[in-house]
Amino acid sequence: MSGIWLIARRDFSAFVNTLWGWVILSLALLIDGLLFNAFALTSTARYSAEVLTDFFLITGGVALFAAVAITMRLFAEERQTGTIVLLESSPLSEVQSVLGKYLSGLMFLGLFLALTSFMPAMVMVNGKVSAEEIGVGYLGLFLLGSAGIAIGTWASAISRNQLIALVIAAAVTLFFVMCWMLSRVLDAPFKGLFAYMAFFDKHLSPFQEGRINTEGIVFFVSVSFAFLLLATRSLIARRWE
Amino acid sequence: MITVEGLSHYYGDRRAVEGLSFTIQQNECVGLLGLNGAGKSTTMKVLAGLLVPTGGTVTIDGADLVSSGAQFRSRIGYLPEDPPLYKEMTVREFVLYCGQLKGMPRAAVAARLDEVIALAQLTARQHQLIGELSHGYRKRCGIAQAIIHKPSVVILDEPISGLDPKQIVEMRQVIRNLAKDATVIISSHILSEISETCDRLIVLNGGKIVAAGTEAELAARAGGSARVTALLRGSAEAIQRACTTARATNIELREEAGGLTRAHVTLASAGAEDAKEVLVAALVNNGVGVRRIVEDDGELEQIFLGLTKEAS
Repeated sequence: MSGIWLIARRDFSAFVNTLWGWVILSLALLIDGLLFNAFALTSTARYSAEVLTDFFLITGGVALFAAVAITMRLFAEERQTGTIVLLESSPLSEVQSVLGKYLSGLMFLGLFLALTSFMPAMVMVNGKVSAEEIGVGYLGLFLLGSAGIAIGTWASAISRNQLIALVIAAAVTLFFVMCWMLSRVLDAPFKGLFAYMAFFDKHLSPFQEGRINTEGIVFFVSVSFAFLLLATRSLIARRWE
Repeated sequence: MITVEGLSHYYGDRRAVEGLSFTIQQNECVGLLGLNGAGKSTTMKVLAGLLVPTGGTVTIDGADLVSSGAQFRSRIGYLPEDPPLYKEMTVREFVLYCGQLKGMPRAAVAARLDEVIALAQLTARQHQLIGELSHGYRKRCGIAQAIIHKPSVVILDEPISGLDPKQIVEMRQVIRNLAKDATVIISSHILSEISETCDRLIVLNGGKIVAAGTEAELAARAGGSARVTALLRGSAEAIQRACTTARATNIELREEAGGLTRAHVTLASAGAEDAKEVLVAALVNNGVGVRRIVEDDGELEQIFLGLTKEAS
């Protein structure tokens, strides 16, 4: 566990001690704020619960964008600069390396989500939503973002440079986002399959509305687990190439 | 002690190394020599635990690379040609991080930090960001990360490449200090450097070991001859007589300013110091003053080229 925490702490420090981390964070917050203002806070009167639902939908999309942008560095940058040797020649296992990197991504996601909290706080002060609803919504966002970070971690683990990692992570994440559209045009059994694989819609909606959805938790945790496992396997395979 | 038995590694169908077997004792400094594509880098990567060999075994003090990977890697310190450094960290932070990454408790690393930083001659720069350091200091920083956890084996890939003459002399001292506590394996294209710092050499060619031993042993095996140039003071007859006594051949003499003579001669047994000693003794016995005597090409270069040519 100390090895995982060691890697996570260093990578998180690298995010916050370099311009890149702050650029991503600022850009994500700016986009989130603008979209919230444009689509959630409309000029027409709305229920505060509806505004909150829209906030979680918008922030979910932005969190995925931030996850893809921040995770492309995790392994690909270390490979480009040669510092991957430090991890590969250390006694730490590939599982520890992957979990450490993933945890650093989660810490960044946590920071981003914490900085967005002023928006639902305003809705709570001016409307009638509870702290519990907001908490459940953030749980959903965290689960969604963690799945995005796992996808980015895997893409970074299999890529030689950051740009390729970014493209792969964006393509895979976009696929999961667009699954709900595919489910509308396909027939059974693919209809159900794609509907189940969709990041938004079925899995995130209950959280947006303040309901804890066990199926959603299982889905996001499973996606995260699967991509972290793939990342670990790809690192192990590199030793045998 | 590191033991390699029947080490082979293939990249797909392409053979990188095959059937390498050698043992390196504790506190021994061994140089790995070979032309490009000889298998040096692959061997170094396997020894550093970065690659799992296709065949054969590698053990450090009994810990096997495959079955006890973590234990094996904890006993290795590795410095690649381009030092792996996080430029946004200070020297001190980086070495502390690397020690912990190698499995040492933070308190133990902190207790050893000053000693390692001093050993790598980084004390004056320890609070500086790595990104602000010169190439030479970055190399030293790479050395510090490789030895912070007291490894049994330190592997240095081209440790002096890109260093200026002053830094080379300092790095040599750092490497000599390392060999007091650990086994050191060095790969370098600068053969004089290998000759300067290593106790023993392993020569690779085409993925196989073509020779191993001390420089003198390799020279004896390589045989052949060495061309030397001497700056002498004395008559041409006396020099000729001395060279003939020393069984030197192809004697060419040229007069220089100040009554000196430059002699180019060929000595038997390239690399054998004896031949040079015999020549100097013969010259002195014939009343010739010896100002300087040097090999036209580096001795090790001649041995190396001879061995790789022989193997090809």
